[in-house]
Amino acid sequence: MSPATIAAPKPKSRPAGEGNGDAGAAIKIRFKDLAFTYPGRPALRGVSLDIAERRVTAIIGPSGCGKSTLIKSVNRIAEIGTPITVTGEVLLDAEDVYAPGIDLVDLRRRVGMVFQRPNPFPKTIYENVAFGPRLHGSTARGALDAAVERSLKQAALWDEVSDRLHTSALELSGGQQQRLCIARVLAVDPEVVLMDEPCSALDPISTARIEELIEQLRERYTVVIVTHNMQQAARVSDATAFLLDGNLVEVGETERIFTNPGDRRTEDYITGRFG
Amino acid sequence: MKRRLIERLAIGGLRGATFAILGATVLMLGSIALGGASTVTWSFLTETPREGMTEGGIFPAIFGTICITLLMILMALPLGVCAAIYMVEYAGGSALARIIRASVNNLAGVPSIVFGLFGVGFFVLFVGRSIDAVRGGGLLFGQPAMVWAAATLAVLVLPVIIVSTAEALNAVPRSHREAAFALGATRWQVVSRVVLPQAKAGILTGSILSISRGAGETAPILFTGCAYFLPRLPVADLHVPFTSLSIPMVNPLDQFMELSYHIFIMATQSHNATETRAIQYGTTLVLIGLTFVLNLSAIVLRTRARRRMVTV
Repeated sequence: MSPATIAAPKPKSRPAGEGNGDAGAAIKIRFKDLAFTYPGRPALRGVSLDIAERRVTAIIGPSGCGKSTLIKSVNRIAEIGTPITVTGEVLLDAEDVYAPGIDLVDLRRRVGMVFQRPNPFPKTIYENVAFGPRLHGSTARGALDAAVERSLKQAALWDEVSDRLHTSALELSGGQQQRLCIARVLAVDPEVVLMDEPCSALDPISTARIEELIEQLRERYTVVIVTHNMQQAARVSDATAFLLDGNLVEVGETERIFTNPGDRRTEDYITGRFG
Repeated sequence: MKRRLIERLAIGGLRGATFAILGATVLMLGSIALGGASTVTWSFLTETPREGMTEGGIFPAIFGTICITLLMILMALPLGVCAAIYMVEYAGGSALARIIRASVNNLAGVPSIVFGLFGVGFFVLFVGRSIDAVRGGGLLFGQPAMVWAAATLAVLVLPVIIVSTAEALNAVPRSHREAAFALGATRWQVVSRVVLPQAKAGILTGSILSISRGAGETAPILFTGCAYFLPRLPVADLHVPFTSLSIPMVNPLDQFMELSYHIFIMATQSHNATETRAIQYGTTLVLIGLTFVLNLSAIVLRTRARRRMVTV
């Protein structure tokens, strides 16, 4: 980790003095010169980026630019089943998640993740949401019931499923399944919710519902969302970061990025000239 | 024109191969069923062989087959399933996992008579005699017995159980494992709460099929415990400590009769092989019936599990 501790130079395109979406917000996640390499394939080549607390930050960029790896480095899911090398730091509340001795169970409870395709377990709706609390030792029926109800309400799914909690989650529609996966994450009371293109497998109506939900999640959680959809990034996020070939090109308030990008490549990407 | 001819030849060839297999199966099962149907009566199933095994039933062989199969399951299933879980979920793609996988595949290719000889050499002569030497007081473990025959069979079916279990584990979607890890599950929690519940049916199905294969084997038990003829069942009274109770229990240190071996000796070692032909047919029919029941239960289990996957 030694090369990482040297403070990285700020990307050139980042206007001096500008915060990440909101100058007043505290920093929840700080990437410090993060380089991330899969066997024979570098995914991130030194990314420095701050994620503000209780804001929605969108990560945009063409396929293969390292967006997914960037968010999966926060909860250390990217390394499952594959050997990786990491230099640099990912600080969650100023604590490096790659430091030796870090408790991965605790880290992943604090940093929840919603995946590209809805991936509910082949269990009942109730058991899907209760899965996390049960993992972390909650067994009392009343506490579980309360956690399930609260999470499903937060995920705006309660009204649709409250009368069939004990039926299979696989009978839900794709959009409902994705909201169930969000409820499953919220049930363990995380601080950060990572979303990896959560709407890429959904129809426009389901997408709109998830976007509304993200709007509400911002009040309590730090949300980082990877998306391919420019309009979505513009609609839901406070700050936007643009990644290209494993490098951070530009980050700033979403409104500014989309109206007045500081880098030519950002402008080309968001206006659809490539990617 | 030429293309159509080739098409016809291809379909004809494929169809011919299929019907040849079907025909062979029907012929084999049909002749066994015809030859054995009149022999298999209630008394045939429940009586002991009489008159130098030219008359009477085959109950001891059925009893022995069931005992040894259960004992084999008890030994092979936990071991095989645990090994497969370790191989797939823990060792992953490491060099160690590759070595284990290669050894398992090699083990599956070893002829069954080799397992039989290994069973005598390792279980009876090495393990058994060692126990006797430590115990003192003469030969008890160091001779052919049901426990060693079952152990030998267990080694034989072990690779099959491991391979089918590994397949069932690998069939669980990666996305479910990821979701569980992302919620803060430990590796064991992922295995026990997400992977095993989904793989359970596949593991059981594969195991039953491998067991039904093991149940019909002759070579591995040839030298390790089965008997030509036993006037008694391998049962002994087990005294419950501190009481005057004694319960008749299967004695795994005794020898036993077994269906496939019974067929073998009836056909080749009997002093009058033609006279016992009906018994041979009957015994074969019973053995095939037993394996058929096992296979059928595997199929039922699989379809039921598939349905449950959709509806929970």
